[in-house]
Amino acid sequence: MKQALVVARKDLLVELRARLLLVRVAPFALLVLVLFAVALDSEPLILRAAAGLVWLTMLFSSLLLVQRAYDVETQDAALEVLLTSAVEPAQVFFGKLLAAFVQLLMLAVLLVLGAVVLYGATVSGSNVVLLVTTVVSAAWGMASVGTLYGAVVANMNGRDSLLALLALPVLAPLLIGASRATEAAFGSQTIDAANGWAWVALLAVFSVVFSAAGAAAFATLLEPEA
Amino acid sequence: MQAVTTNDTAIQLNDAVVALGGFPALAGVSVTVAKGELVALRGANGTGKSTLLRLCAGLVPLSRGTARVFNVDLAEDRSAVRRHVGLLGHRNGLYDELTARENVEFTASLVGAQARDVDDALLRLRIDARVASTRARALSAGQRRRTALASLVVRRAQLWLLDEPHAGLDASARDELDCILAEATSAGATVLYTTHETDRPGRLVPRTVTLVGGAVARDIPTHGQSGGAS
Repeated sequence: MKQALVVARKDLLVELRARLLLVRVAPFALLVLVLFAVALDSEPLILRAAAGLVWLTMLFSSLLLVQRAYDVETQDAALEVLLTSAVEPAQVFFGKLLAAFVQLLMLAVLLVLGAVVLYGATVSGSNVVLLVTTVVSAAWGMASVGTLYGAVVANMNGRDSLLALLALPVLAPLLIGASRATEAAFGSQTIDAANGWAWVALLAVFSVVFSAAGAAAFATLLEPEA
Repeated sequence: MQAVTTNDTAIQLNDAVVALGGFPALAGVSVTVAKGELVALRGANGTGKSTLLRLCAGLVPLSRGTARVFNVDLAEDRSAVRRHVGLLGHRNGLYDELTARENVEFTASLVGAQARDVDDALLRLRIDARVASTRARALSAGQRRRTALASLVVRRAQLWLLDEPHAGLDASARDELDCILAEATSAGATVLYTTHETDRPGRLVPRTVTLVGGAVARDIPTHGQSGGAS
């Protein structure tokens, strides 16, 4: 696991220096939240849709982060160095997954706060644990899928659009689960906390499945083409 | 004829063919390299030198023939050989946002090398404190090459595969690189490097394998004895 931590540290250091999250992704995400509010222009409607809008925005933003994580590997052929450096591909996968997770977690916190400020969403004391668990499991699932599909398109032309085309359909169940669980945490009338936890369980299964699949398939996916 | 692979053999290629996009980049290469040997690959552009290195690194699939590196059959499991390989391609494999030192430290951390090894490698490649603390994106082409070579030094691979490693380096750095390669082979590593240099009186006295049209045209042993394609 040490090598995974080394890869994660490197990815986070690169992103800290490049400031992609701070300068581009976070402003983009907040702007999308604001535009959703302007477009819906109805307080009850916005409140009802707040959870879904948060996770839809997360989804789009995650693609930018994942794309960047692979761009730094391919721009100077660093990926080849990684492949020939005695590191197990699964360790590289978990390292990149961990780095993406940390960034998505920070983004999710920002967006939930944005929903509270912009949409008037509230979280009662008893639902805080539900919200935190939802955010953690959904961010992990998103990072898993992003890291896995980022590897699929890493060496392809037109990978920007391909990543979205491939990953978005796969992320649909996660979007639904995270939205419903967050809705419950926001104290929605349409779903109670018990149902919210059921959705969290789905998110956890989703995350475990894609983490395992990613670790198993990563070596094959990164295999250089002839 | 099937050549015999022994425990002293690092690379054993027999009629190896590699097709890239349908084009035979290697068109039947047969060559044997012993452990600890220093081999310079020569040839015009497009004769398959880089592809030969990438085949030995397990980065391109073998289309026909046989290829074994450290007794690993590349036709069966080419990824298994990568742990033994230190590869320096045309590009340097650096992260622009990391400093020269951080790039070398990253490789060192992956292979379990110590901080002292990083210091030694930076010193060997004459990367001073100012350059070491500069982000890779701001380094000159030569400094980037030195940093990549420093990463390779801390890697301590059994098989060094270097694609024009002298390119972009000044005269003193080229001499230092020659010393590093000679030391690596003395320590038991096998080194294959491509070069276009013909008029430079380098310190190395390698075996020279010349490729023409994706096959071995000349194979001149270290002591100047000419041999045909093996």
